[in-house]
Amino acid sequence: MEYSLEEVMETVQMTLYHNFDIRTVTLGINLKDCINSDLDIFKENVYGRVSDYGRRLILEAQKLEDKYGIPIINKRISVTPVSLIIEACAEPDAPYQIAKALDKASKDVGIDFIGGFGALVQKGMTRADERLINSLPEVLSSTERVCAFLNVASTVSGMNMDAVIRLGKTLKEIADRTENGIGCAKFVVFANAPEDNPFMAGAFHGVGEPDFSLNIGISGPGVVRSVVEKNRDCGLTELSEVIKRTTFKITRAGELIGRELAHNLSVPFGIVDISLASTTKVGDSVAGIVEMMGIEKMGAPGSTAALALLIDAVKKGGAMASGNVGGLSGTFIPVSEDSCMNEAVRVGALSIEKLEALTAVCSVGLDMIAIPGDTKAETISAIIADELAIGVVNNKTTGVRLIPVPGKRAGDYVNFGGLLGETYVMNMSAFSSHDFILRGGRMPCPVTSMRN
Amino acid sequence: MTKEQVFITVIGKDQKGIIARISNAVFAHNINIEDLNQKIMGGYFVMTLLADITDSSITITRLKKELSLIEGEMDLKIQVQHENIFKTMHRV
Repeated sequence: MEYSLEEVMETVQMTLYHNFDIRTVTLGINLKDCINSDLDIFKENVYGRVSDYGRRLILEAQKLEDKYGIPIINKRISVTPVSLIIEACAEPDAPYQIAKALDKASKDVGIDFIGGFGALVQKGMTRADERLINSLPEVLSSTERVCAFLNVASTVSGMNMDAVIRLGKTLKEIADRTENGIGCAKFVVFANAPEDNPFMAGAFHGVGEPDFSLNIGISGPGVVRSVVEKNRDCGLTELSEVIKRTTFKITRAGELIGRELAHNLSVPFGIVDISLASTTKVGDSVAGIVEMMGIEKMGAPGSTAALALLIDAVKKGGAMASGNVGGLSGTFIPVSEDSCMNEAVRVGALSIEKLEALTAVCSVGLDMIAIPGDTKAETISAIIADELAIGVVNNKTTGVRLIPVPGKRAGDYVNFGGLLGETYVMNMSAFSSHDFILRGGRMPCPVTSMRN
Repeated sequence: MTKEQVFITVIGKDQKGIIARISNAVFAHNINIEDLNQKIMGGYFVMTLLADITDSSITITRLKKELSLIEGEMDLKIQVQHENIFKTMHRV
């Protein structure tokens, strides 16, 4: 036989026992040619485009799941940033109306999330951007599947602190309007947002993209954890090699399925995002890999180094496997969606300060973190500013998805349900950032960005 | 025409008739068995069967459904996967 029994079994066991799956196939769709100054026609165009392609995406993805025996967990769509396409509509509720059309199209055909309700405001806001930001609390509390993003900072533009100030208040407002503040789980704020990210909540179809682009996000923390477990005693150089080889294999599988799916949909293949993405399932945890490497609990001294080694090995293996690596391609460490992260918070091993340090070596940032409902808006803005400063200065993507849970205090338990998981509310610093944050303006770009 | 080949992988407790049941099921759909490999690994019966479905009219989805009946009756785990996934993952 061309393949040994061991080789075949390695692949089979990845899906059967180690939760290997294609986390998401995300079809990017350009909506600029749907624009019409008549809002009703515009909405119809948007609904038609999204539902047509959404239906086909689900059908073709299902066929490939069967063909290759690898589950495709999420089928998603990302669209042109909505602030751009509503420029021509004078109606004050145009952002809300478009969000409703996107939500309905997704629900009708079974797309689980649709991303792109957002704006790029790193240098300043247009009137359309402002309208979109104003609509966020209403949109995120009255739609089910629409995900929102804002890019408020970049290495070449610096950080729009006026936008950051507004976001502190906006997040609290979204939280107040949804149960357990869950609307905030559908909203991420970025520095250096990638235009081809397939993962929610931050996926959008950037302006540099073609009409369509099929992007794929693989997942395999369980697979990596199992090879780390098999190599308990080796040195870190060898451990890195082992992780590289494994990531190579799972990335190749993702690339195969992504390319074939794009071909079957007659759209260009975009990128493979090689990020390790955890789920709430036991054993499917990124923190679990770090702990298997020899750290007692995620957050203990050594965690940052271990995570840095992990993400580097993942990138090297992935880069060898695919010429189309893109998106975020880091290692996600969401708190509520990762069982070991959550446990580390519960036992006091992981604080928000250590999380911030961890995100200096991995994407994508402070993710799915519950904070006390009475956290001041300026403090939320300050946490966002800290995290995005790491991205700006280090020329990388960072993001923030914080959930100020109404009525909850540090240490309280909160269950967001389903894939969003459960967590314990983080303790916040008792000291104020008020005066610094309220200075506003734009934080200048770092000198390292001046490369021309 | 390029060959369409799938791997059928069977894992479970060793018992009489596993190979017979699986090969009968594929034979009934004009599927040729190209290769077969079996072993006891860690106390479990493990078999990989490379099947050529080029001349068969059955879809992989349908074949999976049929094999899932045997899976249930004999308490096995049966996976059907197109050969390309193994080529992609294990050959550079």
